[in-house]
Amino acid sequence: MMSGKRKIGRGVAIVGAGMSNFGMFPDKDSKDLFAEAFSEMLASVDKGFDPADIQAAWIGNFSNDFFVHQAHWGPIIADLTGIVPRAVTRTEGACASSTLAMRDGLMAIASGMYDIVLAGGVEEMSKCTTEEVTEGLALATSPYEGEAGYTFPGVFGALATAYFHKYGAGREHLMNITIKSHENAPLNPKGQFKQTIRDLMEARKAKAAKKGEQVPDWADEKEALFDPRFNPPVAWPMHLYDCCPISDGASCILMVAEELAKSFTDNPIYIVGFGQGSGRGLHACPSLTSFEANKQAAAEAYGMSGLTPKDVQFAEVHDCFSIAELIHIEDLGFFGEGEGYKAVAEGETRREGRMPINTSGGLKCKGHPVGATGTAQMYEVWKQLRGEAGERQIPGRDLYIGATQNLGGTGGTCTFTIFERR
Amino acid sequence: MEERPFSDISYRKYLDEDKFMGSRCRKCGQIYVPPRRFCLECRSEDMEWHELKGEGELAAYTCISIGPSFMIEEGYDRKNPYCTGVVTLAEGPRMVARIEGVDARDPESIKIGTPMKVEFLHRGEGDKARTFLAFRPL
Ligand SMILES: [Zn+2]
Repeated sequence: MMSGKRKIGRGVAIVGAGMSNFGMFPDKDSKDLFAEAFSEMLASVDKGFDPADIQAAWIGNFSNDFFVHQAHWGPIIADLTGIVPRAVTRTEGACASSTLAMRDGLMAIASGMYDIVLAGGVEEMSKCTTEEVTEGLALATSPYEGEAGYTFPGVFGALATAYFHKYGAGREHLMNITIKSHENAPLNPKGQFKQTIRDLMEARKAKAAKKGEQVPDWADEKEALFDPRFNPPVAWPMHLYDCCPISDGASCILMVAEELAKSFTDNPIYIVGFGQGSGRGLHACPSLTSFEANKQAAAEAYGMSGLTPKDVQFAEVHDCFSIAELIHIEDLGFFGEGEGYKAVAEGETRREGRMPINTSGGLKCKGHPVGATGTAQMYEVWKQLRGEAGERQIPGRDLYIGATQNLGGTGGTCTFTIFERR
Repeated sequence: MEERPFSDISYRKYLDEDKFMGSRCRKCGQIYVPPRRFCLECRSEDMEWHELKGEGELAAYTCISIGPSFMIEEGYDRKNPYCTGVVTLAEGPRMVARIEGVDARDPESIKIGTPMKVEFLHRGEGDKARTFLAFRPL
């Protein structure tokens, strides 16, 4: 039998990170977006950095082939950033594509093959209609789910009904996640949505008043979220406000061998644990309230780092749908099975809570340009660990361990990465 | 029974013939739907076709308002959502399938645990003819 414990052969640190604004940008293409992220990444290297020193790059992209009819994004980004003629590889793991880019960079440095690499991702989705994007994303469900008429929101909707049934939770509990993410949203200047649910309710009321329509008299956020005029169903019980938006964006990180890190910055962020798992479709997965790929990824990353869930102080998790956030925080061991929804209701995952989740606003508010999401999650952890997250900085705590969890497809790929500031 | 390969293509051909078929490991008896070539329990490759009873109960479901194009072509949209789900079969395995005979406009009327029976939905004609697996409350 193989040894269960994974090791990083040589230490790897992040010494720079950047992300573009996320949103719907009719006048920007993937190159424009990646250029934004790359410029910020260069500027973020405290002691300066010559991009000619990048020895290889990995670029995550799920499906620009479908969204903008252009494939083979590696060389396009390498040309843009002046990496040509050095090696570039596109990675694809659906919505986890750029975490896989980071993983390849990690393995390449750990093996001794390279010392300085770029990992990032990009996706350009908003030039398609909602129906086209839904169909494009559905390409990453399992074939059996596709035949049964499932969409992405549909798969997560089905998981939500199983979770509700098993643990006695309901839509009101998922709303706590949405409300929490939208509380963080105004604090992230790069995010797609910058409004709280209250802000959005007021905007809706003002619009109704202006049009001379009946002004809704919602008592609180949940009453609005239960109102199908404000929050229409997409794939019941997933409604509009359970779903992340359609987004354009890019992100990247600069990774170097540990022994070089201090020549770039006095404050590098080390990658101390990484795990990746695979999963089957809904019909064959062992549980409808958990992702087997998550469990595998978490076991590997905790084993590699020697850390436990209790050591992780905050995390960015893949909240493509509200139910996904709930499943992840349980799968990763932050909360017990069936306990996550209660912890969320008690505010434990808010910025001030015991275990802040998605201080960036999450995919829900920050946006989810799928190929860019993995390294964008790392960008948030980089900012938080270095105390550079501005208004959304987790208050009152000395942060030294953060994590990102990235999910591809409907759980076919899950990753878990643990970062440390020393 | 004739020897068709234990493939997705064979599985769909059986659906066209109104047969819901999986594979059964001759060595350990494990049943797989859709069929598998390799037994994940005992790693045997000695499989046989196994016709499923087509009975089970609803394990999870969703009512979809924005579907893929082939569902839109069937007339489903925001005003006319459809239900799809996960059914735990009497034999043990689960399968994803469309759920017929429920009110997708009133999702809370649909109950996990409802006993279900298989149905075969024949759609399209000629080259476009396809059969979709479905279940309906008993
Ligand atoms: Zn067997």
